[in-house]
Amino acid sequence: MALTDTQTGRAPELSSGAPPVLRLRGVTKWFPGVQALRGVDFDLRPGEVHVLFGENGAGKSTLINIVAGALRPDAGEIELRGRPVQFRSVHDARQRGISAVFQEFSLVPGLTVEENLFLGAEPTTGALINKPEMRRRAEEALRRLGFPILPRMRVNRLSRAEQQMVEIAKAFRTNLSILILDEPTAALTDRETDRLFQLVRDSKRHGVGIIYITHRMNELHRIGDRVTVLRDGGRVETLAVRDATPERLVELMTGRRIEAFFPRIDHRPGEALLQVERLTAGALVDDVSLTVRAGEIVGLAGLVGSGKSEVGRACFGLEPIRGGTVRLRGRSVGKPTPGAMLRAGLAYVPPDRRAEGLVIERSVRENIALSALPSPHFSGRLFLRRRSERAICLRLAQQLRLVPLGIERPVALLSGGNQQKVVLAKGLTRDPRVFVMDEPTTGVDVGAKTEVYTFMKDLVEREGAGILLISSDLPEILHLAHRAYVMHRGRLRAELERAELTEQAVLSHFFETTTTHG
Amino acid sequence: MADAGLAAVERRPGVGPALRRLLRQTFVHLGVLPLLLVILLVGFGTWEPRFLSRQNLFNVARQATYLTVVSMGQMVALLTGGFDLSVGVILAMTSVVLAKVMAATVASHPNAVGLAIGLGILAGLGAGTAMGVVNGIGVAVLNVSPFMMTLAMASIAFGLALFMTGGVPVYGMPGQFGATLGFGKLLGVPVPVYVTAVLVLGMYVLLNWTRMGRYFYAIGGNIKASILSGVSTRWYLFMAYVLVGFLASVGGVMLTARLETGEANIGAAMPLRSIAACVIGGVSLRGGTGRLGSVVLAAVFIEWFENGMNLVRIQSYLQMVVLGVLLIFAVVMDEVRHRYVAGMRDG
Repeated sequence: MALTDTQTGRAPELSSGAPPVLRLRGVTKWFPGVQALRGVDFDLRPGEVHVLFGENGAGKSTLINIVAGALRPDAGEIELRGRPVQFRSVHDARQRGISAVFQEFSLVPGLTVEENLFLGAEPTTGALINKPEMRRRAEEALRRLGFPILPRMRVNRLSRAEQQMVEIAKAFRTNLSILILDEPTAALTDRETDRLFQLVRDSKRHGVGIIYITHRMNELHRIGDRVTVLRDGGRVETLAVRDATPERLVELMTGRRIEAFFPRIDHRPGEALLQVERLTAGALVDDVSLTVRAGEIVGLAGLVGSGKSEVGRACFGLEPIRGGTVRLRGRSVGKPTPGAMLRAGLAYVPPDRRAEGLVIERSVRENIALSALPSPHFSGRLFLRRRSERAICLRLAQQLRLVPLGIERPVALLSGGNQQKVVLAKGLTRDPRVFVMDEPTTGVDVGAKTEVYTFMKDLVEREGAGILLISSDLPEILHLAHRAYVMHRGRLRAELERAELTEQAVLSHFFETTTTHG
Repeated sequence: MADAGLAAVERRPGVGPALRRLLRQTFVHLGVLPLLLVILLVGFGTWEPRFLSRQNLFNVARQATYLTVVSMGQMVALLTGGFDLSVGVILAMTSVVLAKVMAATVASHPNAVGLAIGLGILAGLGAGTAMGVVNGIGVAVLNVSPFMMTLAMASIAFGLALFMTGGVPVYGMPGQFGATLGFGKLLGVPVPVYVTAVLVLGMYVLLNWTRMGRYFYAIGGNIKASILSGVSTRWYLFMAYVLVGFLASVGGVMLTARLETGEANIGAAMPLRSIAACVIGGVSLRGGTGRLGSVVLAAVFIEWFENGMNLVRIQSYLQMVVLGVLLIFAVVMDEVRHRYVAGMRDG
């Protein structure tokens, strides 16, 4: 096991005696309604890859955003090469040699690759941009990284993988001392990934400290030196990668709460409610078939970009269907549209509630009622039935334990967990039998998470509903789903029954069929 | 200075914080309008006694009807997250078509005054609403941004109206038209006030008691969430611009009756004034929020304010300056209000 640092009493050191290039002490960050980080200690030594591991919402993103200067901590200290610092901005952090590659790209779509690479640091002669120089340096940087991209291409013409490469190229600069990589391989092919890892190793040799976020066990073992596990905004443990067995990491990641956290949901499969046959849709989904029965939760797992989200969207009519059929309770749905699917008894819970789920300025009541207004409980031939609307919305809000129970408040004022409850309540108004839930617990705190799970349990056990649970949160799939499908690059990779549903089994289908180390 | 005052209030225990909270709540819910109305009443009321006279109030009421009706239309466009810069020319187009049809009918059938008036009004409303239909097709079906669509429409329709009239007013409408709808009174109250009251009532019901109204708010608040809720966003966006066209057109009919001529340039200030009324009335430029009552009040406020400035003999050129300043002030306060609301989040 790892040794314990005598100074902090918590952060373990490995054999290396090199002083850390970066050290965080007691870093704390609050967001409205959620404590994103609680007193996290973290250190990064030159020439190491320090992996951050944890569930969604564990605080990884908040932590790297603080290191990258995008967020300011509410409490705690940051030391850079032994000196206390405060980053005023991302630019400030970059000036001090910290580069970050986030999952969300920071590229200007309308500009060219080279213009993006040198944005804010354009080589100039006098007042003018030295374009030949910029082109030369861009070509050199891309060649060094081995990325086959032309500097004069406009970024919005590039594929997602190519954009990812530009983003990485932007981060590799000359005075780099800390590099932050947030799931950089999500959009890359194996070859591109190999190339990136080679660069990471080169950077290590030059003494660059690397903070690396990944959900992939094999990457952890390929390039990681130490791993810090975060849970609910707190640091659980920092250990050497060689000690980090998958079992140990999952245990650390989820804690001992597994039993209490996830309810046991009875599995009494009934008639087939949602049948997807050989569905090919959008740009990604390729020949996917799956079935959701009454009284069961079916998991749909896969990496970001595997197409799992798009399957749900296609079923609800949000992705153009190019082939295959969607059947609801035995009846074929020709061309799904949200309105038709709602009428037919399917409810869709979108992954991003602020972008697609809620009309944030309007009240809880109006949001809950929005998709149900055509139904006779909510409106007559001409006018809304506002009394009935209020009664139904209040009942649903109570059922989902909205706290405080004010249905006339704008949802913008609610906490993340309460907002998610409104999204779920909205799904109930049409009395649906099938739910497609895409990441139903993103960005909600632990308390609200358990309430969402209890809600799902009630739906399945009492109402006999069927739920297609699309989730990147592996423990969620492992503990809630009765069966699960795993997707990879738009196709179904596997169907796993409850007994086969283990972390390894699912993870092994996440990746290419390369063996995992460790 | 205002800050120091507020700080002093805050320091006093008991009444101070409660009053402050009340003021803040009022501001958050109703925007800057209540404050402006108090300033208006106290300011002009003490400066110029005629300002609050019965005679003047009726005068303002009649004068405010045109802006009120058009502002209700503008509000619908703003609620859905767009706006309509062509409300002015819709007024003009209505006016010109109405006057031409009415004058032509009465010239050929001198005895059929009622018929001429009816036909004229229908033709005017039809022309104005048709422009709303075109706007609606552009915005909802062809996905042209409301800014470009209605700006271009303003140019097109203004050109057409000038072309039809040769740039001169259209005369020859029967006197009864102006006498009733323009200057007429019923039980001492100007006729346009009744028309406007009916429209306000209708719009209140539409916005608060029908699906269409609810969807206007939802589409402007978050069009993606509306689509996912099964709302036919295209249809309702289209209907929003048709409704704007219709309301602006009614404004055009009433204004033509008052002027007793058909004119191509009667609505020039309407886009700005109607947007000003909505913003001062607390309609968000981001779409999705706004109360009808506040918009009506704001429209009346603008007319009343200008009436007050007229009474104390502030030059009309300067009045334009004041209106512009007021508009910017209202937008800034809208921003401040958003920040307050964000600060009230749970946590």
